[in-house]
Amino acid sequence: MRAAVIQFPGSNCDRDMAVAISEITGAETSLVWHREGELPAGVDLIAIPGGFSYGDYLRSGAMAARSPVMQAVIAAAGRGVPVLGVCNGFQILTEAGLLPGALMRNAGIRFVCRTVKLTVENSQSIFTSQYMAGEEIHIPVAHHDGNYFADAATLDRLEGEGRVAFRYAETVNGSSRNIAGIINDAGNVLGMMPHPERMTEAVHGGSDGRRLFEGLIRQIA
Amino acid sequence: MKTRIFVTLKNGVLDPQGKAIHHAIEGLGFAGVNDVRAGRLIEIDHEPGLSKADLEAMCSKLLANMVIENFEIEQA
Repeated sequence: MRAAVIQFPGSNCDRDMAVAISEITGAETSLVWHREGELPAGVDLIAIPGGFSYGDYLRSGAMAARSPVMQAVIAAAGRGVPVLGVCNGFQILTEAGLLPGALMRNAGIRFVCRTVKLTVENSQSIFTSQYMAGEEIHIPVAHHDGNYFADAATLDRLEGEGRVAFRYAETVNGSSRNIAGIINDAGNVLGMMPHPERMTEAVHGGSDGRRLFEGLIRQIA
Repeated sequence: MKTRIFVTLKNGVLDPQGKAIHHAIEGLGFAGVNDVRAGRLIEIDHEPGLSKADLEAMCSKLLANMVIENFEIEQA
């Protein structure tokens, strides 16, 4: 199994993500710089990490979404390669059009940095198969622009098709319908604001994020 | 040649930044302000030959996020 973690100028969770993937899944994990036009051959998993790509200039994720490597990511996603975007990675996926909606400034305007309670809404996806539907888990968030917005028709479609993966079980950022993570229509792209890679072993204060990566081994191997 | 592009949030999209600015205006003692919406002004210096269609494409592909924002192009 081979994984690629994309690095943009201003990414800061790239190494945490690479460690989580390689240690939990055993995948040969490479860091791929945003100027690359191609991904490593035979890549089985792409992760877009958190951070502040391009200093959040223009809009969070807007510049990164137009960088050369994203054309390769969009093509790979089209072939069905799993793509996981966390935090800034979720913002980049919406800006790149791989996921619907947009991440806006938190309703309370403040940066929110704490562990939050989430509900797993869908346990049938390739990312959530090791969780139980309705299960409550604890994962940290650290973001200023996590307020998920989409029009009512899009939200209804996401809900109707079981594409809401995670929902906040507490007030966090004003997200529409408390959405914390969504999946694309083909089921191979997940964007989420909480950081599962920061909750993968006891020393992190919990390991609720670990099963997301464990689930991916089963799906990809 | 200069063109100004105004990017604003669509009606109905909550603007927490505008709300904070509104509170700050009231905090300074100014009365009579009903609402504040914040946006972005982008000035582009370009050759006269650049078409309106190209400017519109720049806006919809990058400068504005059409999910939440509108743009207006003002040519001098």
